[in-house]
Amino acid sequence: MSPSPWQVFGALIRRDVHVVSREIPFFLLRTTLQPIMFTFVFGYLLPRMGFVNRTYTGALLPGILGVSLAFASVQAVALPMVADFGWTREIEDRLLAPVPTWVIALEKVIAGTAQGLIAALFVLPVARLIMGPIAGLDFAHFGLVIMMTLLGAFTFSSFGLLLGTAIRGEQIGLMFGLIVAPMIFFGCAYYPWKALASTPVVQTLVLVNPLVYVSEGMRAVLTPALPHMSLPVVAAALVAISALFMMLGLRTFEKRAVS
Amino acid sequence: MPPAIETRSLKKVYPAPPMRRRGTPGPRIAPVGAPAPALGPGTREILALDGLDLEVPPGEFFGLLGPNGAGKTTTIGVLTTRVRPTSGSASVSGIDVSANPVAVKQRIGVVPQQPNPDRQLTVIQNLLFHAAYFGIPRATSLPRASALLAQFGLADRGESKVDQLSGGQQQRLMIARALIHEPEILFLDEPTVGLDPQARLALWDVLRSLHDQGRTIIMTTHYMDEADRLCDRLAIVDHGKLLALDTPAGLKARAPGGTLIEMTLDGEAAPVLPLLQALPGLSRSTARENELRAYAERAGEAIPLILRAAEQVGRSPLDIRLTPPSLETLFVSLTGRKLE
Repeated sequence: MSPSPWQVFGALIRRDVHVVSREIPFFLLRTTLQPIMFTFVFGYLLPRMGFVNRTYTGALLPGILGVSLAFASVQAVALPMVADFGWTREIEDRLLAPVPTWVIALEKVIAGTAQGLIAALFVLPVARLIMGPIAGLDFAHFGLVIMMTLLGAFTFSSFGLLLGTAIRGEQIGLMFGLIVAPMIFFGCAYYPWKALASTPVVQTLVLVNPLVYVSEGMRAVLTPALPHMSLPVVAAALVAISALFMMLGLRTFEKRAVS
Repeated sequence: MPPAIETRSLKKVYPAPPMRRRGTPGPRIAPVGAPAPALGPGTREILALDGLDLEVPPGEFFGLLGPNGAGKTTTIGVLTTRVRPTSGSASVSGIDVSANPVAVKQRIGVVPQQPNPDRQLTVIQNLLFHAAYFGIPRATSLPRASALLAQFGLADRGESKVDQLSGGQQQRLMIARALIHEPEILFLDEPTVGLDPQARLALWDVLRSLHDQGRTIIMTTHYMDEADRLCDRLAIVDHGKLLALDTPAGLKARAPGGTLIEMTLDGEAAPVLPLLQALPGLSRSTARENELRAYAERAGEAIPLILRAAEQVGRSPLDIRLTPPSLETLFVSLTGRKLE
């Protein structure tokens, strides 16, 4: 009797929960330390020095959450995947499970999404603590905050699936330098997209960056009174981008799983 | 009852490997299956399987014997759904591996060439989670895992981290993992490579007892003695082709008569060859570079004759090696090269 795909999916999730839960402190340290330090410099030190207007924290906080959840999700999926297919070959025991290989890939993306959510939920209170009271911060739509976090994390998890299967082990450093770092700087995390109107070329070019929609989406649900992209536009863009990443990622995963 | 495994005109061509910059550090990433000879000058594609036909009945201990790059691992890869055949067909228990890989995976257990345990889990968790991937509830898998650990001499290592196990213990854990869902067919890819002689003998005992329980076992190896002692039938493969298929005894009977004499000379061996062909009691002599090979019913009588012939053309022997009629001599006569 073959198990159902969902039964196997459940077993794979249990394995990841077991493994990841032991590593949560290290995971959080690895993925959120950078955004938290950034918060300390730009959300605490610079405003106190008077270099930055105190209202800046309202624009910064949602972006910091966006960076945290994106970075955590992409790493949670891509790093183990590169190692698994590159040298440890540990994923092979799961590839022998009696399910289509897409089930295994989808499970990795879902587990990565959960880790993105955890990172965001960890950074939110820490950043709020560092920055002090934030003008315009509004928790009235917390359900929407969770939904937006999940959608953003899913997008970057599927991006992690694509990167982790398309990139060779020795290029992993290059991946962070050439893809992830520019994505973070041009992801409207540290400034709202509307403010880029001062540099129209940049404002148009950054639209290819999925992090823009995550940052703007977080602004729409956390600081709705401040300038941000409309929520339906953000949601539609993220659904389309994540569908594209999933489609490409499943294809490259399949190629690595069955040569 | 359908055959345990069957392949028909099975062919696998790997695309040319991606260009690598010279001196790039980092691990080598190769497709499943060892690299095999290129198709020819000008092409960089790799022909791993070249029309392989195999049929193995249920319950057999079947060996695939060949040198590195012969196509053994690719054959196992196709049969275990991890390598997509370029053409031809392969089936496991009558189920086509390309059409229904999920049903095939349900029926097979696979022991890889390199142990690849889940290093984030303990020894027993490796078994329990693998069972869960096959939908086996913990109430069933826990006693089964304990029994397997006991059977494989790992009873006191259940809670250990995998990294604390020796190579032989890790390999036994891989076999236990491959058996936890009670597969009909067990595939082992070079299971004893890298094991010390004692661990190898222990593993042979394990495989024999599994076979005695009626399980079909498909094993690749490039060790002659291993193939000889364990397998009911053997397929000798090289360059992705089947060269011979029979019982070990049947294959040995087909080995060219006599002892294989190999002699390394201090110069080109070809000039000696015409002289050898005139000698009585020698058959199938060949020369390649400094290497002379011949088969003789009585090696003791033949060697002085060969030495004299070599002297006549001004060659002295540097080394002489003798191999009695065996799978080894058959292999050399079929492929023109040695296994190791």
